[in-house]
Amino acid sequence: MRAKSWSDYQKAIADDKYYYARSCIRQNFFPGSEKAFLDILQHDLGKDIFDDPAHSSCTGIGYHSDVVPLETIMTVVARQFALMSEAGYENFVTSCITSFGIYTEILSTWEEFPETEERTRENLFKATGREFAKPKSLAHTSDVIFHFREEIAARAKRKLVDSMTGEPLKVVEHIGCHYAKIFPKSGIGGSEFPYVLAGMIESWGGECVDYPERRHCCGFGFRNYLVQANRGYSVANSQKKLESMAPYHPDFIVANCPGCSMFLDKWQYTIAEMNGRTYGANGYGIPVLTYEEMAGLVLGYDPWELGMQMHQVDVEPLLDRLGVEYDPSTKYLGGNGKYIGKPATAVVNCPSQDFIYDIKL
Amino acid sequence: MAEINWGFAISRPRVIDVDRNNLRKSDEILLEMPELQSCIGCGACTASCTAGNLTQFNFRKVHTLVRRGEYQGAYEEMNKCMLCGKCRLLCPRGINTRGVVMLIKRKLGDF
Repeated sequence: MRAKSWSDYQKAIADDKYYYARSCIRQNFFPGSEKAFLDILQHDLGKDIFDDPAHSSCTGIGYHSDVVPLETIMTVVARQFALMSEAGYENFVTSCITSFGIYTEILSTWEEFPETEERTRENLFKATGREFAKPKSLAHTSDVIFHFREEIAARAKRKLVDSMTGEPLKVVEHIGCHYAKIFPKSGIGGSEFPYVLAGMIESWGGECVDYPERRHCCGFGFRNYLVQANRGYSVANSQKKLESMAPYHPDFIVANCPGCSMFLDKWQYTIAEMNGRTYGANGYGIPVLTYEEMAGLVLGYDPWELGMQMHQVDVEPLLDRLGVEYDPSTKYLGGNGKYIGKPATAVVNCPSQDFIYDIKL
Repeated sequence: MAEINWGFAISRPRVIDVDRNNLRKSDEILLEMPELQSCIGCGACTASCTAGNLTQFNFRKVHTLVRRGEYQGAYEEMNKCMLCGKCRLLCPRGINTRGVVMLIKRKLGDF
């Protein structure tokens, strides 16, 4: 079954010359991850990737919450493709899983119903005077990192192993639903056996945790959290996953979706405040990383440059296990060296380290 | 820290966790009425139920929950049955459904 899925669910990922589309959520909650992706591709791997300041949100959140109509989102997506063509690129990579699902869905709709593509071309021309060409390849940024995982492993400064014992770290990998659950053939390994993050973890020396609720949704699901009264359902999904993975004592969680990284991280705080339950070692939370942060740590990037101080659950216990050297006093200093403020102490964080960070420069 | 007003509470799961439920009473019921295990869940009992026409009583739902160790409220539900026996005439597996009602009431009176 697995072997068949593996051969059926492969996708072509371009080797170079990418047009980069950012994510709304990640720019707010994990700003360091997108920069790390660009740095890894441009500086470590020497690839050509264009970070276009002219592109906009894909409006996927509005679309999934019935605020943005289908025709509008098709035109917005067409504009992104037009910008890509104008910049001279053909390989579209997107940082967001929701956007990836949107682009896949719209390209498929245009394929199935060509009249919708024609209408979109008219709408785009009327609105902006632009024309677009469909991308030669569409990939999520985790696909690109997966594509170069062996090159990254060859340049690795450290492996995903315990620096004291040499044992592989236990990693929970979580794939965003819109990566392959909408169109299974759009993801590496399909929706049953997605290998995109597991491949990275295995190549970089870690060990994947196979727990019962591995493929369960994190609970992000737009409508579940946009309305405050519905958020109990959202947090219940994360709780189900966390309860299921806790007995396996994972060292960290890695996710390829902005919403999953955010909610698996921040709902741990909510659950701890609501019913006092924490899931990590020593009564703290389980750190949640993005795949760029994981790649960055493997390549020897500074954790604060990767934006890991923006996490709800402190990453220091993980950094200590990995043997990463970091300066605690610079944790809450921004890129310009100014103090960015320190969050209040929370149950999921490590109180013993708090006093160190009270240094203000 | 002051208590936070979240405006929502964590939704309780609606899944039935058979591993965690205490199945002792369920096993006792099936021991006394083994033919209940042959139920195919067709719902003829519920469709023909006189009490079900007048109330929310759903015989299939209640006995299925009981077999999975969900006893809460089962006794009160079974009290709605008028013991007319129409369900017994219709059951394709010939289960003594009226007997099941009486058995569940006898076994789960404490719950």
